Amino acid sequence: MAMKDVAIVGVGSSDFRRLYADKSQPNDVYQLAAEAFRDALDDCGATQQDIDGLICTNIKYGQFGETVGLTGPGFVHDLEGTGRMAGISLQEACALVRSGMADMVACVYATNGRTAGTKYGGGDADPAGAYDAMYGMTSTGAYVSMMYQRYQAMYGAPDDALAPLAINNRANGARNPIAVFQKEIDHDEYLSSRFIAEPLRLLDYCIINDGAVAFIVTSLDRARDMRKKPVRVAATAGKAELSRSYISPDFYFETSVAVADRLYQAAGIGPDQIDCMQVYDNFLPTILFTLEGFGHAPRGGSWEWIRDGWIELGGKRPLNTSGGHTSESYMQGFAFHVEAVRQLRGEAGDRQVENCNTVQYMCVSPIVTSHIFVAD
Amino acid sequence: MDVAAYAKLLPDITPRNKPFWDGCAAGELRLQKCADCGRYRFPDAPVCPECLSSSASWETASGAGTIWSWCTMHQKYFAAFADEVPYRLVYVRLAEGPLVISVLAEDSDDSAADSGGTSSKELRLDQPVHAVFRPRPGGRVIPQFSTGAAAGM
Repeated sequence: MAMKDVAIVGVGSSDFRRLYADKSQPNDVYQLAAEAFRDALDDCGATQQDIDGLICTNIKYGQFGETVGLTGPGFVHDLEGTGRMAGISLQEACALVRSGMADMVACVYATNGRTAGTKYGGGDADPAGAYDAMYGMTSTGAYVSMMYQRYQAMYGAPDDALAPLAINNRANGARNPIAVFQKEIDHDEYLSSRFIAEPLRLLDYCIINDGAVAFIVTSLDRARDMRKKPVRVAATAGKAELSRSYISPDFYFETSVAVADRLYQAAGIGPDQIDCMQVYDNFLPTILFTLEGFGHAPRGGSWEWIRDGWIELGGKRPLNTSGGHTSESYMQGFAFHVEAVRQLRGEAGDRQVENCNTVQYMCVSPIVTSHIFVAD
Repeated sequence: MDVAAYAKLLPDITPRNKPFWDGCAAGELRLQKCADCGRYRFPDAPVCPECLSSSASWETASGAGTIWSWCTMHQKYFAAFADEVPYRLVYVRLAEGPLVISVLAEDSDDSAADSGGTSSKELRLDQPVHAVFRPRPGGRVIPQFSTGAAAGM
């Protein structure tokens, strides 16, 4: 029996720009989550009664279920609030639908990281703990900066090697009405950005914000009767690289290659056939590691590849068309899934990629995940 | 430095990790070594990740390593380090295998600060270093590394 095809049928997300503008008081994550969930249901024409699987990330299923009147789903699961869970969330939804454990799954994510003053360094959430903190080492960004320092020295990448990525994200954010930052930047502005964990600058960092994202997953058979054109998950794959440190000695290359091999084989689609890329960018060097590990750019040469007109709107493989985590908002990978759906439906407005039929999501982190979405 | 804030960042000394800290106080880098397969590990752990043996000994390591990478922290994340920014951190691959975060002893030397520079010395990938031991504010001795000639080697 052929494996059941699965699709995303509904998406919802906050107005990230509006939320960023007001940090006078903490937002209620359950309000944000409920609104995104409501939008996702509206988007596909479903109701709470249709949802029999619930996967929550960074919020608790009990309070969320009660808030939205979803009190009897057949399967529930909470995932930790880390970026690597965005891909896991969709993978779990796909597995549930394919196995018959659930028929229609809601994946819901919410954060109030900005208004609640969540710390992303200097706190207990550090990846490696006290043996690093006693030297003043903290924050995922600092670990990524060490990987990038080595990458630069190995491959001769200059000080401005990440500038095209920062500039591209902002150019796309300028075309996205819900993006936090909609003002384009140039090369000089990038280089005058202050260091956080040198060699990384402020403009290499994601934007901590409040917001929520929801998407609804079901079988392709059922999806055909729903409100909008389904977005099929052509393939998804993942592989972990678990360690106490966020630093991968090969920048997650071998792990990414293993994921890419399985993904492209399962989808019957290779990097050359990808029309649009959504790349997890907690910090901009992660994009370079991703492009190389997934075969979009040569190993050690992605910093040159991104200067060659591939990644901009109008290029062959537009990247982070919503503005990504450095311009739209840091939604820990979840909003990239929404952007993939909007691109494949032709709903992306001024940032629409022409003839967009395949979108790839990639997340390089201690759990590397990737999906290929197609519009049938 | 805010000594009270710094003390809170130090790992608790436990029965399991005490040999490491005793080693630091004695000026030696001591690592856990699996009694069955010989693999070294850091920090201390209940079993060997290679062969899952619970049996291990503490051995004095060579103290030699190479600089895998480094970064310079400009952001004030920790109250204890607020007056130290910018400061350079290094990631060192020990000759025995484990990778450790640390700092270079010469980066905090008074002579370096007097000559205008924290973190001014150029480093290169895989540059050899060796462990040195300095008491930190509050008295705990922690491993640091030096790019200079190894004393007594």
